[in-house]
Amino acid sequence: MKRRIETDVAIVGGGIVGASAALALRRKGVRVVLLERDLCGSRSSGVNYGGVRRQGRALVQLPLSLRAHGIWARLPELIGIDGEYIRSGHFKIARSEADMASLERYRDASRDFDLGIELLSGERLKALCPWLGGKAVGGSLCPEDGQANPRLVSPAFARAAQRAGAEIFERSPVDSVSHDGSGFTLQSGDRLEVHSAQLINCAGAWAGALATQFGEPVPMTSGHPAMAVTSPMPHFMDWSLGVEGGGVYGRQVARGNLVLGGGRGLALDADRARSSRDAIAALTTQAIALLPGLRHAQIIRTWSGTEGYLPDRQPVLGASRTTPGLLHGFGFAGAGFQVGPAAGEVLAELAHEGASSTPIEAFSIGRFSAASPVSSSSKD
Amino acid sequence: MTRTVIVGAGPAGIRAAQTLVEHGLRPVLLDEAARAGGQIYRRPPANFERPAEALYGTEAGRAKAVHAAIDGIADRIDYRPGSLVWNAQAGSLDVLDTATSTSRAVPYDRLIVATGATDRVLPVPGWTLPGTYSLGGSQVALKFQGCTIGRQVVFMGSGPLLYLVAYQYAKAGAQVVAVLDTATLADQAAASPRLLTKPATLAKGLYYLGWLRTHGVALHRGVRPVRVLGSDRVTGVVFHDGQSERTLSCDAVGFGHALRSETQLADLLGCRFAFSPVQRAHLPERDAAGRSSVEGVYLAGDGAGIQGADAAEWAGERAALALLQDEGMTVDPGRVSLLENRLSRIGVFRRGLERAFPFPEDWAAQAPDELVVCRCENITAGELRATVRDTGADEMNRLKALSRIGMGRCQGRMCGVAAAELLAHAAGVPIAQVGRLRGQAPIKPIPLGLSAGPEAAA
Repeated sequence: MKRRIETDVAIVGGGIVGASAALALRRKGVRVVLLERDLCGSRSSGVNYGGVRRQGRALVQLPLSLRAHGIWARLPELIGIDGEYIRSGHFKIARSEADMASLERYRDASRDFDLGIELLSGERLKALCPWLGGKAVGGSLCPEDGQANPRLVSPAFARAAQRAGAEIFERSPVDSVSHDGSGFTLQSGDRLEVHSAQLINCAGAWAGALATQFGEPVPMTSGHPAMAVTSPMPHFMDWSLGVEGGGVYGRQVARGNLVLGGGRGLALDADRARSSRDAIAALTTQAIALLPGLRHAQIIRTWSGTEGYLPDRQPVLGASRTTPGLLHGFGFAGAGFQVGPAAGEVLAELAHEGASSTPIEAFSIGRFSAASPVSSSSKD
Repeated sequence: MTRTVIVGAGPAGIRAAQTLVEHGLRPVLLDEAARAGGQIYRRPPANFERPAEALYGTEAGRAKAVHAAIDGIADRIDYRPGSLVWNAQAGSLDVLDTATSTSRAVPYDRLIVATGATDRVLPVPGWTLPGTYSLGGSQVALKFQGCTIGRQVVFMGSGPLLYLVAYQYAKAGAQVVAVLDTATLADQAAASPRLLTKPATLAKGLYYLGWLRTHGVALHRGVRPVRVLGSDRVTGVVFHDGQSERTLSCDAVGFGHALRSETQLADLLGCRFAFSPVQRAHLPERDAAGRSSVEGVYLAGDGAGIQGADAAEWAGERAALALLQDEGMTVDPGRVSLLENRLSRIGVFRRGLERAFPFPEDWAAQAPDELVVCRCENITAGELRATVRDTGADEMNRLKALSRIGMGRCQGRMCGVAAAELLAHAAGVPIAQVGRLRGQAPIKPIPLGLSAGPEAAA
């Protein structure tokens, strides 16, 4: 027996963006139905590194990122758990004077956004962090950036939305979407049919098909971050660490395990990915160079996920150019966890008020309307 | 030349290697242990001198035959002990040499997976106290190290291994305080028609029972283990005998509920799995010859489904013959049908054993909230139940993500069975429906500081 639901807004995709949008819409009293092909947060936003950082983001993303920073501050009140979120500081390491200069330029360029960035030079760094390997010549600390546990946070947004009255259907892939000029009809198997005035496309790495269907193809590629975790070690590091120019990143959780990421995993099929042999090898080498104490640690588990990348590594966030009532929020290029909750609020504003208080012009899908070449997403 | 690799040098892997050698192949045989033989026929270190009869009892003949088989082909295979296969990717295995912490890629065209089994553990409060061992661990201590887990030992749980280990311990001079079996005499009576399909094996089991009884070992059937007592180490056990709780003093406990297959490698290789109601587990699919759903990958022995050591030998040989057949080689059709007959007959016997030693389906309902289920991450039954209640988790990987069960060093190999039972019970769904933890490399922990060796030619 097929269930038919009338709603105000239908959301495709139960990652952190879609779930946040659902929660924000419910807080505005809007009726919402969310369809997720698998389990909420299972593909990307629940399996990523867990970095909650503003530092290093493109300047056009900082308004969104700052908005998210405010949301993260209220996380327990919003989603009912602390999600292991801590403002541990995010430290970006420079391995050369050129990298240090680049960090300095970023600090200067982002000054208007009050990130509180503090540069640490070589000697001070050595005194402060004896556990850092010899490769670090200095770095940039953003003290209020931090980390959280994505496998807890992302599904909790979906549960919070559900508690707030959103109807969430997991294991419900959307087989077809149609638009009759006034509203959308979504079909999920022979069990569910959803009618809505508005539709939000938060399908992550799979969002391209929906955009294409409505005449807005985007040059999206999939990326699979290689992740690993060590067995617990004595606590030595508070910061979440990154490296200028990319490469390895790592954070130590309260239990003592180090979560490490870097490089690319491999896709097993359309839905699943795992860390690759080469990525694990590179990750271990780089991690030990950065943190020599890890030489005696053990890797107990590796994993990956599937993320959507656009060539300029900025998301698509905003209204469709072709279809009234259609909104997009996808393509966060492996950096959507921190901004996800703000992207959700922006989408809710767009759906309910027709405009957002956060500048999002840079993320318009219109930037791809002239045919753009498909770009590789191999560089992190 | 086709590169052929066997993973696991227990009865299945050894017979597979021997069969390939007899047909002119030179397989690579990878084994995590220092000496070939597997678990049931585990060999002590080379300088230990206990006779096979003392180590293996009634199985001495079989053990010696399997050991002779590997010794006889040692110079005709590429045998690599101390080799932990920790990952599989694109026609090649990642193998850690445990002595040197060097990881090499070992390519293969055809692969026989004979990864064996570990104990199926249904924990009871106190099971993490020093002095508590699994039944298999108790046996390893005896066979490999020549020592017992304690002086006054209680064995509890169920399955054929329960009585075998108790018998071996008593023979070795330990005081076996009691054997506590969760199965009832009625279970065992009901199973006897099927068990009679292998009268010799049944006779052995009855012999252990009779021997234990005539030597004054207390046997209790239909019990429910309640807790292991002690503060720093084991001082006793409490069990329910159907009428009341009883306490026994002891300084060690061996426990387990039969065995579970080690399926992670098959999982990483992409083999299709299906739920086996008899074994109450998701197992990699295979045909009667041992072919998996992935071309070139063959499954044999307890790693593909618990069938015991005899069946492992036959399945190892059958899988090797299938591999040879698939290579276009001629094999003895009479041998093929003999092996397949034996293997299909053992299925009846296995179902008999499952009837004789049924899984205690009430375990999850009785497990107290404070019971530690996952000792890597210290997750209790109560936390798992709360996760199900608070989040609606109804599948193992979601339960893992939200509770951390199976996230530690063992990746669920020890706690997975119990966690699945608790999940199914708390969510009110059949055990088949909760799924299985997805395999993730590394299969066992690997050092970060491993060095990458050159690709090993096979």
